[in-house]
Amino acid sequence: MSALSKNWIKAAPWLCTIGLFAIWELAARLFGLPQYILPAPTVVFNAIVQYWPAIWKNSLQTLYTTTLGFALAVAGGLGLGILVGWSRLIYSGLYPLMVGFNAIPKVALVPILVIWFGIGTIPAVLTAFLISFFPIVVNVATGLATIEPEMEDVLRALGARKMDIMLKVGIPRSMPYFFGSLKIAITLAFVGSVIAETVAANSGLGHMMLAAQSQFNVPLVFAGLIMLAVEGIIMYAVMAWVEMRMTGWAHRGQGATA
Amino acid sequence: MKNLVTIDNVDMRYGGADGTLAVEGLTLHVEKGEFAAVVGPSGCGKSTLMKLVTGLHIPQKGVVTVAEERVTKPVSIVGMAFQNPTMLPWRTTLDNILLPLEVVEKHRGRLRMNRAEYVAKAEKLLETVGLKGFGSKFPWQLSGGMQQRANLCRALIHEPDLLMLDEPFGALDSFTREELWCVIRDLHFERKVTIVLVTHDLREAVFLADRIFVMSSRPGRVIEERIVPFERPRDLEIMYQKEFNDIVHELRGSIADARKAA
Repeated sequence: MSALSKNWIKAAPWLCTIGLFAIWELAARLFGLPQYILPAPTVVFNAIVQYWPAIWKNSLQTLYTTTLGFALAVAGGLGLGILVGWSRLIYSGLYPLMVGFNAIPKVALVPILVIWFGIGTIPAVLTAFLISFFPIVVNVATGLATIEPEMEDVLRALGARKMDIMLKVGIPRSMPYFFGSLKIAITLAFVGSVIAETVAANSGLGHMMLAAQSQFNVPLVFAGLIMLAVEGIIMYAVMAWVEMRMTGWAHRGQGATA
Repeated sequence: MKNLVTIDNVDMRYGGADGTLAVEGLTLHVEKGEFAAVVGPSGCGKSTLMKLVTGLHIPQKGVVTVAEERVTKPVSIVGMAFQNPTMLPWRTTLDNILLPLEVVEKHRGRLRMNRAEYVAKAEKLLETVGLKGFGSKFPWQLSGGMQQRANLCRALIHEPDLLMLDEPFGALDSFTREELWCVIRDLHFERKVTIVLVTHDLREAVFLADRIFVMSSRPGRVIEERIVPFERPRDLEIMYQKEFNDIVHELRGSIADARKAA
């Protein structure tokens, strides 16, 4: 690959993003769309500057509920995933329950969480947890369940206990699945926390956007969206970086083979 | 010579009382230090044989004895290698080879304190199979043939008395396969280890083995036992002699009959 095309590949994400905003700006100006339908990006950025203290405070709140819910999901998902992948009995017992539970739209759970914990941070954290938990469990369990039978035979013939096989083969083997699922889980966690904030909270970006909408402050609604996208991209990038650091062996390129 | 492996009138059925009967009335024995090969049509229960000898399956009927002890649980004096090398990609080749030592009761306690000694042993093994200096490479940096050599090292690191090989050369090209035949021939000669090789390849069986068992289609049992008379050490050249081809030809006939009977 030539240096030129490599540079283009590096520049492509920035060019596309700038392009999108440029088209958006042009369309808003050309068709003279009113601000309460589609504010131009410049208007949105003005709103971000104008309302910065409120946006900053609410962004931090959303980031806090999301990461806390996500952290709980990582701990719980890893634990339950190992348990489910460990034993066929636990697997067959819990799997239908988990599928059924995952099928429930999480927004329907928020009213119950509000009854139990009141309006505020806790329902947002729990919704983020509930929605991001499932992909982690499924991925960890898949990693454990797909141990090569030959590998298991080799070790079992040597007198390995189930624990040995899990520690030496199963858990390291499921790590790429686990770290891969973190990228999905973190974006879902944002979905969960914002849903809960929109329905039942007095802070956070979801709450802020709902309040702005009721005042027809559409630029501020869009400012909230932009902040959510920025937070989402940053957290996704962090997870992708962690994945590369922890399981580089699973991402070997063609250049690595001898 | 004493028998290291004795299988006496064994039935093995999978999946409960009316499941598939994999082997029926299976009887064979392998002497200590011998190189035995098991050949037969596919689905004749060769893999079941592997699992019976290593104690991964306990038969419903009959007795399996390894080293004068009845097999009732996994037998850790056995090393195993399969067609799929199953190297762990997150460990270096050396660490993959040391893996059995982290498991076998006798070594797991000693490994941490005496690591240097075990590493030296692993490196010597690597040299024997022609992989000197490759210990620090990851398995995915090795070719298929090299991975299979490393797989043999892993099967031998805990100095097993019995080596069970389940079509270990099946996925390799014919030149690599011949090289590995010589590697395993030399390992057998130097280490005096007893080897049971399960294979589809009759020429491989005749070249390597002292004794060949031909198995019937499912339910598998031994329909023919044949001593291979060639002197050791054997050279690849013997494969082009008339006597060699005669044995291969006869074995082929027996297996064709076994397939027809199925």
